[in-house]
Amino acid sequence: MTQSNTPSALLEARDLEIAFGGVKAADGVSLTVNEGEFVAIIGPNGSGKTTFLNICTGYLKPTRGTVRLAGRDIARLQPRAIARQGIARAFQIPQLFTDHTLIDNLMLSIAARRGIWQALTPLDRPAYRDEAMDLLQLLGLEKHAHTLTGTLPEGQRKLADITLAFALNPKLLVLDEPTSGVSSIERFEIMETLMHAARQRGLSALFVEHDMDIVEKYADRVVVWSSGTIMAEGSPAEVLKDPRVLESVVGVA
Amino acid sequence: MSKRMLALIAAVLVLAALPVVFPFTRFMLTLAIAKGFAALGVALLLRAGLISLGHAMYFGLGAYAVAFLSAKAGISDFFVGLIAAAVVSGVAGLIFGAFLVRYRAIFFAMLNLAVSMVLYSLFSKLYGLTGGTDGLRVGVPSFLGWEPARQTFEGVLFFACLILMLGAGWLGHRYLQSPMGQALSAIHTNELRLEYLGVSAWATLLSAYSVSAMLAGIGGALTAMAVGHVLPEYLYWTQSGHLVLTAVLGGFSAVAGPFIGSITLEGIHTLAVGYAAEAWNLIVGAALLGVIFFLPNGIVGLLRGRRAAKAEEVL
Amino acid sequence: MVSTLIPLFVDALANAAIIFFVAFGLTLAFSVLRVLNVAHGSLYSIGAYVAASFGLWIISAGLNPWLTFPALLLSAAFVAALFGPLIEMTLVRWTYGRGEAVQILVTFALFLILEDLQRLVFGVSSLYADTPMALLGISEIGGIIYLNYQLLLIAIAAVALFGTRLFIRHTRTGRLLAVVVADREVSEAMGINTRRIFTLAFTLGVFLAALGGAMATPTMGVAPGLGADTMVLAFAVAAIGGLGQIEGAALAAIIVALVRVLAIYYVPELDAVAPYIVMLLVLLVRPYGLFGKPPVRRI
Ligand SMILES: Nc1ncnc2c1ncn2[C@@H]1O[C@H](COP(=O)(O)OP(=O)(O)OP(=O)(O)O)[C@@H](O)[C@H]1O
Ligand SMILES: [Mg+2]
Repeated sequence: MTQSNTPSALLEARDLEIAFGGVKAADGVSLTVNEGEFVAIIGPNGSGKTTFLNICTGYLKPTRGTVRLAGRDIARLQPRAIARQGIARAFQIPQLFTDHTLIDNLMLSIAARRGIWQALTPLDRPAYRDEAMDLLQLLGLEKHAHTLTGTLPEGQRKLADITLAFALNPKLLVLDEPTSGVSSIERFEIMETLMHAARQRGLSALFVEHDMDIVEKYADRVVVWSSGTIMAEGSPAEVLKDPRVLESVVGVA
Repeated sequence: MSKRMLALIAAVLVLAALPVVFPFTRFMLTLAIAKGFAALGVALLLRAGLISLGHAMYFGLGAYAVAFLSAKAGISDFFVGLIAAAVVSGVAGLIFGAFLVRYRAIFFAMLNLAVSMVLYSLFSKLYGLTGGTDGLRVGVPSFLGWEPARQTFEGVLFFACLILMLGAGWLGHRYLQSPMGQALSAIHTNELRLEYLGVSAWATLLSAYSVSAMLAGIGGALTAMAVGHVLPEYLYWTQSGHLVLTAVLGGFSAVAGPFIGSITLEGIHTLAVGYAAEAWNLIVGAALLGVIFFLPNGIVGLLRGRRAAKAEEVL
Repeated sequence: MVSTLIPLFVDALANAAIIFFVAFGLTLAFSVLRVLNVAHGSLYSIGAYVAASFGLWIISAGLNPWLTFPALLLSAAFVAALFGPLIEMTLVRWTYGRGEAVQILVTFALFLILEDLQRLVFGVSSLYADTPMALLGISEIGGIIYLNYQLLLIAIAAVALFGTRLFIRHTRTGRLLAVVVADREVSEAMGINTRRIFTLAFTLGVFLAALGGAMATPTMGVAPGLGADTMVLAFAVAAIGGLGQIEGAALAAIIVALVRVLAIYYVPELDAVAPYIVMLLVLLVRPYGLFGKPPVRRI
């Protein structure tokens, strides 16, 4: 999907603030993700990237500021309500149903979207199974379909977690360091499939990433975090040349 | 037909034949199945990793519902009693559950215990209503107008229990495989992920909690009819302990588990009561420890073999 | 009205003092071990049984009745020394790292076992050992009569509360406890012998429960079923205050006492349920108790 000439905002965070003890993890942060746009967040460890995602997905409540999704205020909603409004998230540390097989994990995610409140029909049904297998194939996980996710290797768990978010068919895909824990050889391949699939479905994406090559290749726009504030923002080409950014982020990453 | 299905049919046939061949086992098996319902209720919650130390309250509520109808309203129909018990305990589960399922782990366990202790003390103190510590008598129930004698009734009750068990087992099995049932066990491993999929863990748990209370209530109702008398002890915390042991002993990875556990335990109880009536709670506690140490998947896990059980380890 | 309320209030406060000890022990062991011992109430009742039996023996042996006072303390120490290390080093230690479900089941099983053991050892008839209460007598202040023993209980609870503060701040062991509570992983990395701290904290918890039981004996008959009631009450108090919060437990014990006085005065039927109603109301508004904070998981 190509962007229209007048981009319409999908996610609009305005002036967010939150503190832990004395540390301001978000200090007047504002960020917009437009329809169909891929936005990358970069920044040193502890600068508040995950915290920002936590606020946007309802896990943390900001002490100040608003978050709008397609114009509707969501800052005070619970994560499940926000998920139903169309934001799906993959986590920095994979969050899986570790006693379920990978395909069962995925079928649960599909059921969550298509109707969870069924008590007497099986979860494991052809429609869900086919959809789940398609997704697994997309990410090259099909050989792990019947493995308990608790026993998957780290890289695969990361991917499994992303697949769970994907299965929700969201408007906005939020990914917290999707490629950390994935070997550097596989990184590009995975991001390529992911981003391709996201584009095909017309999704927007907001992702935290430490690998600058990936950021450069897949982000339409980059936002740079620094101790709870945004220190720079723009196209990857501009931002990744900025000496201040280079010093604060790339030096560390 | 699968091996498991054959084993199930064989087990049910043996169970049905036992009281015919050995009449003295009839009462024991009726009680075992009745308590099995309550243990199944406890087992449902164990799937979500939650331990209720108070489920005897729903067992007791079901039993008292039958006794009230019989003693106060003069209604002693089997079906009316059963439905009343299911409704009363299910609604109570819904009301208490709305508060209780906000909690996890030790809070959930202890708050269930606390609520059950309050109900126990109310039931033993409100003499005018509940007969206090004397309890209430339950007349011999009728079946839609047919009024069998006690002996005949006991025979019919056993088979009614058996049929109800199969029905509940079938429904329970379907439930565990369903999206709601799978979401329930997903709460145990990752509630956060479930919420992020847009599913309310609270609602998932509340529905399970209410059903589990209802199962316990049905168990209580059947027990009340079999025994012909209800006592506040039905709601006492040691009774809740027995239910937990029953569920853990049988294993809760399959719906058959709690019933197997219940029949095993009731059998041991019958044998032990002559020797160690004074120490029954001690035996239950020690057995619970033994099961946790040596048989974390219960008897069902044992029957299924080591490997399959490993994958389903919940404790 | 005041002259009827004040004795009721002192009575309730004396009860609160005892429950505070039990809840204190529960909450202390929980904050260090992160295991809530469901059998905690049984150790209270065992403390009561041992103290009552000991006290009755002192009297029947014709010894100086004032010896019943040290007997209360000795009984609690005996129960703690016997059961604390034994339970922690076997059952409880086995559950570390095995998840909360196992911890609940194991301590609950212990609860069932201990309840029956008490019946077997001490029988089912009530024991009355009120010598200490009788020895201390009564005092009359402003026309109102007080039981001196009850005043003593309240004073001891207050001393224990402040003493604990001092202990935690100013002794090596106390500071070690505080460090382990604050961050178990870091304290292990620092080379603190957490195993020993766990045993110590658990035993201290048992001691407080048994002491509560021992000190309660002069005021009541000791009978079966006491353990379960006390367990739930102590949990209610600990939960109202916020699990792991010692000052919270003290405040909660006083609140519960006050509410019970009002209940006895206005709606006597609700006397026994009053603590649970308080717990319910508090938890509805503050799910983690008055002083408790919701655990935040970093994701
Ligand atoms: N729940 C919390 N409680 C207390 N402090 C927190 C909490 N969550 C985050 N913080 C603090 O807020 C700051 C920002 O943390 P955050 O996890 O958002 O950083 P990040 O940019 O995602 O870092 P990383 O690259 O390591 O993932 C850090 O100083 C962190 O210690
Ligand atoms: Mg982060």
